[in-house]
Amino acid sequence: MAEKRESTFINMVLVLFVVTLVASAALGGVYEITKEPIAAAKLAKKLNAIKEVVPAFDNNPSEEAYKVGINEKDTLEFYPAKKDGKLVGTAVKTFTSKGFGGNVWVMVGFKPDGTVYNYSVLEHKETPGLGTKMVKWFKPTDPAREKSSIINKNPGTVNFTVSKDGGDIDAITAATISSRAFLDAIRTGYNEYMKKNQKKEEVSNE
Amino acid sequence: MSNLQHFTKGFIKENPTFVLLLGMCPTLGVTSSAINGLGMGLATAFVLIMSNMVISMVSSQIPDKVKIPSFIVIIAAFVTIISFLMEAYTPTLFIQLGVFIPLIVVNCIVLGRAEAFASKNKVLPSILDGAGMGLGFSMALTLLGSIREFLGSGKIFGISLYSDNYGMLIFVLAPGAFIALGYLIAIINRIKKA
Repeated sequence: MAEKRESTFINMVLVLFVVTLVASAALGGVYEITKEPIAAAKLAKKLNAIKEVVPAFDNNPSEEAYKVGINEKDTLEFYPAKKDGKLVGTAVKTFTSKGFGGNVWVMVGFKPDGTVYNYSVLEHKETPGLGTKMVKWFKPTDPAREKSSIINKNPGTVNFTVSKDGGDIDAITAATISSRAFLDAIRTGYNEYMKKNQKKEEVSNE
Repeated sequence: MSNLQHFTKGFIKENPTFVLLLGMCPTLGVTSSAINGLGMGLATAFVLIMSNMVISMVSSQIPDKVKIPSFIVIIAAFVTIISFLMEAYTPTLFIQLGVFIPLIVVNCIVLGRAEAFASKNKVLPSILDGAGMGLGFSMALTLLGSIREFLGSGKIFGISLYSDNYGMLIFVLAPGAFIALGYLIAIINRIKKA
């Protein structure tokens, strides 16, 4: 083995300089290589989520997407899905900060009149086995659990709060906080969606 | 110690999780399912092998007083590389492991092997040491993940073995990690003594 280098000031500066230089060069290289696959993976994920929550469409919703700020730093994303140029639904990326484990991000699809078409939970940190059930709970396939479904219901006519709080939706068993949070996210999405829609109608009426 | 022993000691004799008890944070944090455990283990193994290799090559050129900072920079570079790669090619796993990927930087196993082994040994034994430790860690996490997933939700690697209505929820949650890990350590200790 070569002689150990002395811990002189010059040596230390030199060694650290070389180490950080090589490391950052390597990182820059890998970043360049993986930049495109990362972007592609993110886009594919987004498109899949949109596909799941709105009726069949033939445009590219992420090209026509628009954002609406609901306060200083949080924005909702809207993805209009169109078939033959006609709006068939809008996927709204909405969220709530009232989750049991922090923010919950949901992609929810509204038909043009505001009825919920479908939803997909994008990101959450709820308790496994309890709050995580929200991924399927609110779109049951069993007709006996119709009261916990939000599919084909319109938040304008149906009260989108848990039945414990006087609403019309049954909460997840033993996960009321997560259920409240989930419905809160849907309501936020609905309210912003309707605001936006009404504005558009006013414009077209003029 | 022969090269083979450098490699195999990581599995049982000096298993980082069950015997050295290093890197407990990801061990308890991400092993709620077998695939999470395996992904985390392999990511750590990659970092261990690469950092052990590089450190064993350059350690003679690094003055003692800046040894730790240099090692950390090298380790952090490899962790960032693996996190870019995972984000690009295994995005679902990347999101599930979340903050634990960047936290590999501060995993005691990586710095521990760099300091205790790689800085004092030649390149080949260091690579074997890193591979053995990394795979031993992967094995431990996968085992722990499988047990927790099986008891908690009736699945292993997402394949359903019995209805998850009968699963013991506690094993998917944090306390289950401690319970399962405790029993595993006891069993490994018994095997080692036998």
